[in-house]
Amino acid sequence: MRTTKIKKVIAALLASAAALTTGCSSSTKSGSVGVGFIFVGTKDDYGYNQAAYEASVAVEEHFGDQIRVFRSENIPETSEATRVLEQMIQQGATILFPTSYGHLDPALDAAKDNPDCVFFHQGGLKTSENLGTYFGTIWESFYLAGISAGAATESNKLGFITSFAIPQVMLNINAFTLGAKSVNPDVTTTVIFTGDWSDPALQTDAVNSLADGGIDVIATHQDSTKTIVELCESKGIYVCGCHADASELAPTKWLTAPIWNWSELFIDMTQTALDGKFKGSIYDGKYRGGLKEGVVDIAPYGSAVSEDVRAQIDAVKQQMIDGTFFAFEGEIKDRDGNVRIEAGVRPTVDELETCDWFVEGVIGSTD
Amino acid sequence: MIIESLLTGAVQSGTSVLLTVCGETVTERVGVINLGTEGCMAVGALSAYIVCANTGSPWFAVPVACIMGGLMALIHAYFVISRKANQLATGLTLMFLGLGLTAFFGRNYVSVSVTGFTRVKIPLLSDIPIIGDAIFNQDPITYLSYLICPLLCILIYKTRFGLILRGAGEDENVVFAYGHDPIKMRYIGVIMGGMLSALGGAQLSIAYTHTWIEGMTGSRGVIGVALVCIAAWNPAKAFIGAYIFGAAQALQMMLQQQGLEISSFLLMMIPYVLVLIALFITSIRRRQTMPAELKKVFESVT
Repeated sequence: MRTTKIKKVIAALLASAAALTTGCSSSTKSGSVGVGFIFVGTKDDYGYNQAAYEASVAVEEHFGDQIRVFRSENIPETSEATRVLEQMIQQGATILFPTSYGHLDPALDAAKDNPDCVFFHQGGLKTSENLGTYFGTIWESFYLAGISAGAATESNKLGFITSFAIPQVMLNINAFTLGAKSVNPDVTTTVIFTGDWSDPALQTDAVNSLADGGIDVIATHQDSTKTIVELCESKGIYVCGCHADASELAPTKWLTAPIWNWSELFIDMTQTALDGKFKGSIYDGKYRGGLKEGVVDIAPYGSAVSEDVRAQIDAVKQQMIDGTFFAFEGEIKDRDGNVRIEAGVRPTVDELETCDWFVEGVIGSTD
Repeated sequence: MIIESLLTGAVQSGTSVLLTVCGETVTERVGVINLGTEGCMAVGALSAYIVCANTGSPWFAVPVACIMGGLMALIHAYFVISRKANQLATGLTLMFLGLGLTAFFGRNYVSVSVTGFTRVKIPLLSDIPIIGDAIFNQDPITYLSYLICPLLCILIYKTRFGLILRGAGEDENVVFAYGHDPIKMRYIGVIMGGMLSALGGAQLSIAYTHTWIEGMTGSRGVIGVALVCIAAWNPAKAFIGAYIFGAAQALQMMLQQQGLEISSFLLMMIPYVLVLIALFITSIRRRQTMPAELKKVFESVT
């Protein structure tokens, strides 16, 4: 997910160097079916990549000797990804998991040349005969986190630190703001785009700047959130993390965090492919799992979230699981007053994931 | 309030760049260009973080970071001075080497917390209106950088050692004729450069962000090389470019915080556009400041 400046070049060169020296790592089990995972970052970033990596471990443990697992980290979102996927296929992999948003086009290329393999790509709206995309409706979790933020703020000013104004991010900002407004209609969310998924210096600048603006709750959508969470604790700002439970870094200011739980989904997808039932299955196309399916959730509440608020969030969460509540059910207007979602309508995956507008209360540039 | 936080931001995010600019200035003064400063910075950032995490002492971390950065630069020095390898190619390789090595050895430290240096308020001075808080409420490495700039100036311009050092960058034959070893001076210059870059990296990891993550130097080392020209190879002017860069980064956040609806993609370019403008302005004014031996590096390429 990380694409910035010269980093892209560096990553590409590093990855090719890594590929030359180590190839992709493979476990030594002699199972017949190969399952390959590629990651854009490292397995222990305490964020996006780690969540996917842990699920790949769960798959390996679940199927044991039935499968052979290949893993490759730090694979850039370029044709380099195609090359690594092809390499895994040559070594016997037939089920492939490209796990970063930008791996989609390279994966589609690899899928076209290898019609006998099955590809499960994390996120995205393009699919093919043998490539399906899966994702979690993490915005549901952002809505719940928003409730905790809306209840915690005293200045009614929330901050949101993220990387780029891309649909997935904008959707989460909207959900977070709608959640906060559901309990506190007066709040605004000031967004700062840093242009990076994990640059700690830019994150520090962003927190300092938001603090200067009187913001007293900060949420994030970043790959790595340690810097932000620690700094918020020291500055006395409530914080919603992202991807992982980092409550120990902010013992008094932690609210909660949207988190992923890919393990069961990965196991089920692998099983479907192993059974040869990918064609026509729920994963053949655009699969989206949410709170109901257990793909996304929120991290344990911090001590700053009162019992009342916890009960309130839990109740909304249950309604989301039951399907009686849908955060983006219309009528929803953008901040210019245009109706974006008609009354009573629940938008499709495509409509949601092409979001390029902000709801009322969000302060930040949409382009 | 806005001016004050802009200045604070300029110093905070500019210090790591400032130290890199100082380091690269010394390196280029002896007629060597080291494009690998980014790698030295990354090595400094990680080694400081590791020492800090294991010993709890940031003061112990600083010299270790400098030594590690110096060792990185030593690789560069050996290749380009003793082996006469292409300076640009070696420097770029060093950058990737540093980023790769730190990504690998830093894996276990991504989730480790350190206390490191915190901001220390200097009484009275920090109460000066507008600039007080920005300059005199900073971390110890930043205070160190205030000393390093003038000390480098004295070293380069006022001492016999500095004269020979500059001589190695202007005309090695003259240095040789005076009975000094230009090779030795170049090694010293390159290694000092690496040490200062690494100190800049340490400021990022243990003083400013208290975080280690791979690639955290985020091209600050590369931009530092560009800023050396703006400073006209003079450490006394290094702070101009570095703080402009830092201020631009802080400004980009501040404009967003103020709710200015300009595309974030355009805002992210502010620091780089400003550097380009500064390069343009300085290119009009100064043509003769580039060390003569350094010119050979580029002449040999073309």
